[in-house]
Amino acid sequence: MKADIRVALVGNPNTGKSTLFNALTGLNQKVGNFPGVTVDKKTGISQLPDGRRAEIVDLPGTYSLYPKSRDESIVFSVLAERDTELTPDLIVVILDATNLKRNLLLYTQVADLKIPVIVALNMIDMANKGGITIDTALLSKKLGVSVVPVSARKLEGINELKQAISYANKIALQQDSIDVRSVAPELISDICEEVKTNNPYFALQLAHQHETLKFLKPEESDRIEALEHKHSFHSQKAQATETIARYNYINDVLYDTVKTPAAAHDESISNKIDKILTHRVFGFIIFLGVLLFMFQSIFAWSSYPQSLIEDGFVWVEGLLRGVMPEGPLADLLIDGVVAGLSGVLVFIPQIAVLFAFISILEDTGYMARVTFMMDKIMRKVGLNGKSVVPLIGGFACAVPSIMSTRTIENWKDRMITIMVTPLVTCSARLPVYTLLIALVVPNRNVWWIFNLQGLALTGMYLLSLLSAIIVAWVMKFVLKARERGYFIMELPVYRMPRWNNVLFSMFERSKAFVLQAGKVIIAVSIILWVLSSYGPGDRFKNIGTKYSQPQIVKTMTPDSLARVISTEKLENSYAGVLGHVIEPVIKPIGFDWKIGIALITSFAAREVFVGTMATIYSVEGDADRIESVQDKMRNAKNPDGSPVFTLAVAFSLMMFYAFAMQCASTVAVVYRETKDWRWPAAQFAYMTFLAYASAFLVYTLLR
Amino acid sequence: MTLSQLEVGETGIVKEFTDLEMSVKLMEMGCLPGETVKVSRIAPLGDPIAIHVSGYQLSLRKFEASTIILK
Repeated sequence: MKADIRVALVGNPNTGKSTLFNALTGLNQKVGNFPGVTVDKKTGISQLPDGRRAEIVDLPGTYSLYPKSRDESIVFSVLAERDTELTPDLIVVILDATNLKRNLLLYTQVADLKIPVIVALNMIDMANKGGITIDTALLSKKLGVSVVPVSARKLEGINELKQAISYANKIALQQDSIDVRSVAPELISDICEEVKTNNPYFALQLAHQHETLKFLKPEESDRIEALEHKHSFHSQKAQATETIARYNYINDVLYDTVKTPAAAHDESISNKIDKILTHRVFGFIIFLGVLLFMFQSIFAWSSYPQSLIEDGFVWVEGLLRGVMPEGPLADLLIDGVVAGLSGVLVFIPQIAVLFAFISILEDTGYMARVTFMMDKIMRKVGLNGKSVVPLIGGFACAVPSIMSTRTIENWKDRMITIMVTPLVTCSARLPVYTLLIALVVPNRNVWWIFNLQGLALTGMYLLSLLSAIIVAWVMKFVLKARERGYFIMELPVYRMPRWNNVLFSMFERSKAFVLQAGKVIIAVSIILWVLSSYGPGDRFKNIGTKYSQPQIVKTMTPDSLARVISTEKLENSYAGVLGHVIEPVIKPIGFDWKIGIALITSFAAREVFVGTMATIYSVEGDADRIESVQDKMRNAKNPDGSPVFTLAVAFSLMMFYAFAMQCASTVAVVYRETKDWRWPAAQFAYMTFLAYASAFLVYTLLR
Repeated sequence: MTLSQLEVGETGIVKEFTDLEMSVKLMEMGCLPGETVKVSRIAPLGDPIAIHVSGYQLSLRKFEASTIILK
């Protein structure tokens, strides 16, 4: 259904913009991407009182139309580009009533684009509580637009806002704020002529932003560039002049419309909380506690739904086996598609829990304090205060953590965080480590309380954190910054989280992951299934003939016969052949071709290693019985009779799994977040190199 | 005197900036010449700092604060 009117929602960060968006649209919303960029585009439908339908587009929060990040650069291009499917008929500028002065800067910029605009004065209840009085009628008269006081949290004023949207004019009625032409008179009139516009502020914005605007043709951009040179235009000086002029105008507007008491009430409560939460001792202790709690919860709260999902898929597989005739089609569907699907869906609980936490931390304002406290340490290694949460989340799973790096505005900091997050020991490595450690590290105590196996595992976790820090530090010198790093950030007043937003964020992130990363993962699963269930020539047929001979069938039970067949099939499949092919390469790090098969099959997900080992060594029962896998591996012998899994081989394997990018989901999500295959490719390459080098080192030293 | 030299609790009035690029960002955030700024707190590791300006709290690194000259 087509909407009758399109409304863009614009405002500063922390003004309750997404709460207002949710209040206006309810459940009628969807998330997509703005064309060509990875910026979430939230649109929704709002039913207006006059029966018309308004499409609401939520634009990223920004302090100004001059963008500081890629998210923010969307705002001007959506507002300014004519006749697209996003061009708004009306702009609702949402202002924080407790901080009108800074909020009005963006309003005056937007108003000067001369698109019809109305103001939603949000948090009016908080302002009143803090003793701030606002003469909305006078404000509305001075600005020339309707000003609707709302409280998005309490759902107050929403109907009035909808009413105002439906009454809104088709022509812009707002008062001029500043004399835009005086900023660069000749340049502005030349650009106005060049691009055929009579809006001086649009022309001035083109002068500033023409290089990054996608809707300008290259030759148009070149001509604007030439005009700038002709009039010796200096972008930053012009911005400074404009901003000062705008604040002069804002001071005039606020002079007789707003009365603020000396110290706002809210502010002082926030101050008291800050004294504790950013305290030099308690601050870090509390932060550590929050992280531990988050980390524990990602493990604990998601393990039950995860096993439910796994059980559900086992049930579906069984059902399909029963219904479908045996054959390649059933195998493809069950072992390829359904298995791949389960590999995707099993991540949902972890993604949902991590994003619930992140959304709460951001909503309350605590995230900004974490950044504030951690910035100095993180900056030293090329990261950012905001990198802390993705890195810690990486202990659970790199997939949601990489999705959460969007909160990092600085491009270089964000890229480095994405590049190093998969190094952190995620939960999928845990079964591999526990299997191998239990195999070669004796289970006894040293120095009374330290268990050797526990120490080895702790060592692996510490190693991962250390390697992430070192790689980040190296990348600081390798990557070129696109923008100057800076840290000018609002510390918002503490607020209670909005549970609706938390739920929305859990739902949206899970959906985005399933829809976008899911495709790649399922494709990889199907390819791996083909590789491990088909073999070259008539090898498979020969296996079948060999084991159907009566003398073999008679001597073995059907169960053990099936196990021996599947082992031999895997050995003779394309994956097995590939294992043989890569054997010369992995020989120096101590792996034989059987381990090679496991390396190939566990590319889809690291934990598959255990299952593949079980198949290769024809484990009785299923792969869940980790002790039986261990027994078989312990007794595995090389052709010369020596054991395969020595200390050196096991540690070399652990090093390999610590560093190698053995995770199709992460590759897919890195592509999704960077929109450029070179990033996941570079990441895969450097991690494989690290894996091979460290495995080689460890194998050579321990042998 | 620059903003980075203020102790916690001290106030000053912004006079001018030494870095044009930084000044554009600071002014957009309401930190303009003539505004009163107060240092609310310093991060536990000594950097960045949090200031009170234009009715809200802003955090910035010491280096960035050193580009703000006070009256």
